[in-house]
Amino acid sequence: MTPPHEPSAPTQPTTPLTHANTAAREALHSRRAFLFKLSLYLNGVVGAVLAVPLVGYVLGPAFKKTSSYNSWVSLGPISDFPEGQTRLADFRNPVTTVSDGETGKVACWVRRIEGEKFQVFAINCAHLGCPVRWFEQSRLFLCPCHGGAYYEDGSRASGPPERGLFEYQYKIVGSQLMIEAGAMPTLANEACAKKPRPLVNIESQQPAAPTQQANDAERSSAWPA
Amino acid sequence: MASVNKRSNSQIKKTYEWFDRRLGLAKPLTEAAQHPTPERSASWWYVFGSAATVLLILQVVTGILLALVYSPSAGEAWGSLQFLNHDVTLGWVLRAIHGWGSDFMIAIVLMHMVQVFMFGAYKFPRELTWIIGVFLLLLTLGMAFTGQVMRFDQDAYWGLGIGASILSRVPWIGGSLVHLLLGGPIIGGQTLTRFFALHVFIIPGTLLLLVGLHVWMVLRLGINEWPMPGRIVSKATYEREYHELTEKNGIPFVPDAAWKDGVFAAAILLAVIACALFFGPFGPTGQPDPTIIQTAPKPDFAFLWIYAVLAYLPPDLETPFIFIAPIIIIGGMLLLPLVAGEGEKHWKRRPVAVLMVSVIAVTLAIFTHLGTYTPWSPIMEAWSAEPIPTAYLQHRSPLERQGAIVLQNKQCRDCHALGGVGGMRGPALDSIATRMTEDQIIRQVLQGGGNMPAYGKALSPAETRALVAFLMTLREKNLAPAVDASRSLAHSGAMHVPVATTR
Repeated sequence: MTPPHEPSAPTQPTTPLTHANTAAREALHSRRAFLFKLSLYLNGVVGAVLAVPLVGYVLGPAFKKTSSYNSWVSLGPISDFPEGQTRLADFRNPVTTVSDGETGKVACWVRRIEGEKFQVFAINCAHLGCPVRWFEQSRLFLCPCHGGAYYEDGSRASGPPERGLFEYQYKIVGSQLMIEAGAMPTLANEACAKKPRPLVNIESQQPAAPTQQANDAERSSAWPA
Repeated sequence: MASVNKRSNSQIKKTYEWFDRRLGLAKPLTEAAQHPTPERSASWWYVFGSAATVLLILQVVTGILLALVYSPSAGEAWGSLQFLNHDVTLGWVLRAIHGWGSDFMIAIVLMHMVQVFMFGAYKFPRELTWIIGVFLLLLTLGMAFTGQVMRFDQDAYWGLGIGASILSRVPWIGGSLVHLLLGGPIIGGQTLTRFFALHVFIIPGTLLLLVGLHVWMVLRLGINEWPMPGRIVSKATYEREYHELTEKNGIPFVPDAAWKDGVFAAAILLAVIACALFFGPFGPTGQPDPTIIQTAPKPDFAFLWIYAVLAYLPPDLETPFIFIAPIIIIGGMLLLPLVAGEGEKHWKRRPVAVLMVSVIAVTLAIFTHLGTYTPWSPIMEAWSAEPIPTAYLQHRSPLERQGAIVLQNKQCRDCHALGGVGGMRGPALDSIATRMTEDQIIRQVLQGGGNMPAYGKALSPAETRALVAFLMTLREKNLAPAVDASRSLAHSGAMHVPVATTR
């Protein structure tokens, strides 16, 4: 039954070990142990080289600046937004991929105060990012998750949020209302800030050219409605 | 016939030997299965760990089967789940078993943990088994969270938003962490694929590896003996004492103890199947379209308590709490066996342990219960869906009835209940006039305060007057209206002043 190549117990060495033999084996062992260590170092170095692209690939999104995602997108003609009203608008995020599907869409609240004075609020509650809803009659934004409430100018009214709604930069080009968007609005750079500023993580990298933008950047309190 | 049987038997035996000669697993496996167990440990209290392992295997098997159809693409995932639910033969059963298996696994892992804690099984020499167990709990919860993302419906989408918003609060690197979590600037395709990799490769791989280590250590160190009051664990003597227990009164794990594990595991599997068949799969709820904002996102059952805690934290404490509390909780669990590695095992001699488990269990239960009906959330449709109770409108003046209309139109019901219907964010208004005077109500409505926004800009003076007139009629059981003590004092003062002036 047992084929010749069946595993079997190792055979005893037939020749007795001499001193010279032992010394030679010791030297050989020491050499092999050294080579083994060398192979470990070699793999360590190769591993380190390999780690650069692997870690870089995984951490890639973390190193990209938020502002690099941003660009100006149109919310449509300003005539879509009657004065004195707050309306839901949506746009396709300027940065999307083929697999995003409908998650590439973003909603926001547009408040047209008067004329070319607007406020564009992120849909995300400043507490934990749930979608806030506008209630025209009580002039409040309410969050369904933990009950955060904001006044019509986006300032905090009550509940767990520690600041007002995030506000996009906007400009009017021709008759189009444009906002600067691209990344999900969160407290990101705000967590340590003493004074809440309008949507810091969607801030513009280039100096605010139109005077309107300068106004926006300063605006942390309510417009005189 | 007998000879045929004999021949086939010997054939089977030969095949078996051929394999075992090469594998060499028969002896170590038999020894492991029959390892001596303290007789009293063959108990129904000692079946949770094996049941958790069986559930893990169930999850792996059903998970792989679901992956045959599921499409981990943000544009297609939701549709592929609808396809699984409605078009794939028995697809809904598989989804239901996988979903319910997940809930059962969390429950059984928690029971296992409580049992191990109460029986002092984490003490010497099983400290590392406990520590690995803590990681297994975290990984199980990680599977539940990432699994919820796989469902990729509205709850999953906004749940990711909550996760991103929490991470954004990390000082300095918050923004980078958000992009790392989402795999890009927004919740989208890369977010789902990242969570898919976590859910099907990274977390389960780690989980299986650690379960292997965990079971290996149970075999190596032996099953915890039945604790006795007064039998103290000491590093110097424990191993000898345990050895005596198992050598003298030990029974082989298989079959003498293992039959209970087998029966319990089968019962749990049956329970999972029963729940799956009766209650069906979880969701998916609405499609993950961020422009559909008529949604009240909610996490799965296992995370409802966190959702509740996040609603109740004061705003300025929230960020520190979110980051410090988990470190303390997880750190405490990891350090437990290193700090309390010796001493009494029996729960009767460990009142602090009993108290801790009771307090934690009651706390989790209360927060989870609150999470099921979210009293802190406004009920967005209450103002247009729920009429004012008729009794509150009878025998009222036109002004008061106008006030009822104002109350309804200004969405007060979203946060305030009337007749038991409406939001619970603010107090019910049924007997508001017995608690607050007219002046106080006017002030509260116009200026807000506490958790209430100010309505000064949203109400005209006429509306305010009507609203307050209506609110003043709300006195349940016709109790006396609230009285301003200072006013009656002023009034009594006014009675005296004229006397003084006339003098």
